[in-house]
Amino acid sequence: MVGKDCVAIACDLRLGLQALTVSNNFPKIFQYGDVLLGLTGLATDVATVSDLFRYKVNMYRLREERNIAPSTFANLVSSSLYERRFGPYFVSPVVAGLDQKTGKPFICGFDSIGCIDFAKDFIVSGTATEQLFGMCESLWEPDMVRLDLDFRTLFPPGIFFYMMILLKNGQLNHDVECSTIMHIICTSDLNFTNASYQSTFATGFDEFFANNLNLLDDLQCPEDLFETISQALLNAVDRDALSGWGAHVYIIEKDKVTKRLLKGRQD
Amino acid sequence: MSALFSQNPLMNGPNYSFSDTPVSHPNEAHGELREHRFNPYTDNGGSTLAIAGADFAIVAGDTRLTSGYSIHTRYSPKVFKIGGTTADQKDATIVLSVVGFAADGTALRERLDAACKMYRYRHGKPMSVNAAAKRLSTMLYQKRFFPYYVYAILAGLDEEGKGAVYSYDPVGSYEREMCRAGGAAASLIMPFLDNQVNFKNQHIPGSGEGHAIQEREKKPLLREQVEILVKDAFDGAVERHIEVGDGLQMMVITSQGVEEHYLPLKKD
Amino acid sequence: MPGFDFSNYNRNAALHARGVPLPKATSTGTTIVGCIFDGGVVIAADTRATSGPIVADKNCEKLHYIAPQIWCAGAGTAADTEFTTSLISSQLELHSLSTDRKPRVVTCMTMLKQHLFRYQGHIGAYLVVAGVDPTGTHLFTVHAHGSTDKLPYVTMGSGSLAAMSVFETQWKGSLTEQDAVNLCSEAIQAGIFNDLGSGSNVDVAIITKDKTTLKRNHIKPNERSKKLKSYAFERGTTAVLKEKIITKKELGRFVDIEEVEPEGEKMDVDT
Repeated sequence: MVGKDCVAIACDLRLGLQALTVSNNFPKIFQYGDVLLGLTGLATDVATVSDLFRYKVNMYRLREERNIAPSTFANLVSSSLYERRFGPYFVSPVVAGLDQKTGKPFICGFDSIGCIDFAKDFIVSGTATEQLFGMCESLWEPDMVRLDLDFRTLFPPGIFFYMMILLKNGQLNHDVECSTIMHIICTSDLNFTNASYQSTFATGFDEFFANNLNLLDDLQCPEDLFETISQALLNAVDRDALSGWGAHVYIIEKDKVTKRLLKGRQD
Repeated sequence: MSALFSQNPLMNGPNYSFSDTPVSHPNEAHGELREHRFNPYTDNGGSTLAIAGADFAIVAGDTRLTSGYSIHTRYSPKVFKIGGTTADQKDATIVLSVVGFAADGTALRERLDAACKMYRYRHGKPMSVNAAAKRLSTMLYQKRFFPYYVYAILAGLDEEGKGAVYSYDPVGSYEREMCRAGGAAASLIMPFLDNQVNFKNQHIPGSGEGHAIQEREKKPLLREQVEILVKDAFDGAVERHIEVGDGLQMMVITSQGVEEHYLPLKKD
Repeated sequence: MPGFDFSNYNRNAALHARGVPLPKATSTGTTIVGCIFDGGVVIAADTRATSGPIVADKNCEKLHYIAPQIWCAGAGTAADTEFTTSLISSQLELHSLSTDRKPRVVTCMTMLKQHLFRYQGHIGAYLVVAGVDPTGTHLFTVHAHGSTDKLPYVTMGSGSLAAMSVFETQWKGSLTEQDAVNLCSEAIQAGIFNDLGSGSNVDVAIITKDKTTLKRNHIKPNERSKKLKSYAFERGTTAVLKEKIITKKELGRFVDIEEVEPEGEKMDVDT
């Protein structure tokens, strides 16, 4: 999943044989330098393919004396899978990383024979594909235009900063209705109730908050991206009998990778 | 890819071995006949969704009717008012949604509507939603071995005035729930509802470390919030499921009666 | 052609026979069209890629580069169209360098059909080949089994009937460039709206004697409507059991450093 100047990749931890759970600690994400690869599918192929790419990436690094770029790695995966067009590995890989030079997020997915799906939002794969599509499609939001000055001119600065403070202090939740915010502001001790402000509220206030509430909190920064990808994954695997048992989430930023183990249902 | 392998039929060898490698047309190779049979069912796609609130219930469904890769019509409602006194169902208080095989859906709606009307004439009062729910279950189970190929959801207000949603499988097993998605995009919508209606996997920030963290408590949603959720859930489903689209039909059941809304969805 | 690796074939067939479900390949349900006009040729495609009833990619590219003046629209198995066109593109480039001539559309079409015929339809690529070369303007279709057609206007893919209905009612001889672009866009939109396998946007490529113009997302009739509410979560909503931060500095530059831990609950992090 793509965020603002960061990408995230997550997997569940179940290894199963149809309905029988064999292991509850089988991570499906592999790191090759700057690039992360997620593999779902037949476990034997997950192991084979992850080792195959470790070998290929190491050879690349020895030959080129540099780390492989995410887009280069994507093409390597694609051609390696298509070579086995008529006897494929039963895997559907996902690649995530940041471009080494520009720092731009890069994600892509593949089918088992190497067709690349370049996406600018999110990629899903595995038995819970449908559930993940539903979750990601509803939860994910692009890194939209940042809060610009014309909003500050739309409202008196006092109100604007007061709302900022409320949001930053966590006194307002994201899902608080716009009308609630209006209510809080109108009933606060600050003198916002005079008629000219009221008319300003009436025009554009609700609409602004409906569309841009998230901007105030710098959405899709690494922390927010983490919440969104984690919620998407956890709720999706809970509706899939073949996935679950906890999850690993990697957040890749310019200078660091954060790996977290999530609490998930163990059934 | 799939076309290549799907020619290989299921083999029933006793052991796991490479001798199981199938030939392209084993039936013909063995001189057996292939049977062609009439298939009485079609999947007409589409998706439905119902959410119960404190004093209301909302049932929604898209209006596309498909088979294969074709769209038969862009407006074929899946959500119906049931058990009114007249044909236009003006005073109906129960809503039924059916998704799956459209012909069976229509047949089932007619039958349940007739049953509700009969009840009204016999008892001189409208059928309660839990009575209608039980009746629908019976109707589905009566056809246990030639089922109505539909996923039905029934909604209304219960005797205390609370929103009630009952969901069914094609042979009549049913359950009262807070929310339910049915049909083609059910698997896309359902986890989203778990998360946004029942706050599954959400915790109270800062309420503890690791396992000690407290779950976010469930509270019933307001009608406006539910309407927003329904629209956004369908917008997501339309993006990713080819059989869902064209229009969104929404019925809101309150103590005042049933309101119907129609919103356009993407048509590709 | 370096050739395919079949070493997993028997294993997969046996696995499938034991009931392991086969992975679904991404297919481009697709509407693709092509139309000749006075002075060149236009090809167009929708941008939906599906895997079963699920949309795998909402904005994929189905117009493939072969040579500067030869382009190809692909339907069928997505990986096959992608790799077949790039393979032929490479071969054609080498051919044109060794003969010191501009590549011809017939050459491209012949190479494609010979390649596809060799694989007896198992490579599921259905293509519309279009281009301008020293011998004139050409438009072909190539089917996965290796058969070809040469026509003034062509459609392929699951939306081919919807698209062809537009051509059959509106096409006339000697079109202008703009007319041809409009006609192709109309045909693709017929596919987008009436065929479930096709959707999203219209891509168009216009090839004339002098230049090729690729209009990616020429028409976008299916923009997603805005969400009514933000679904951002409050930070700290998800329960985290463990956390490990690896900074870039810790990462070895050219060598994998693998820490071998004897036992215990330490999280395994590579490099």
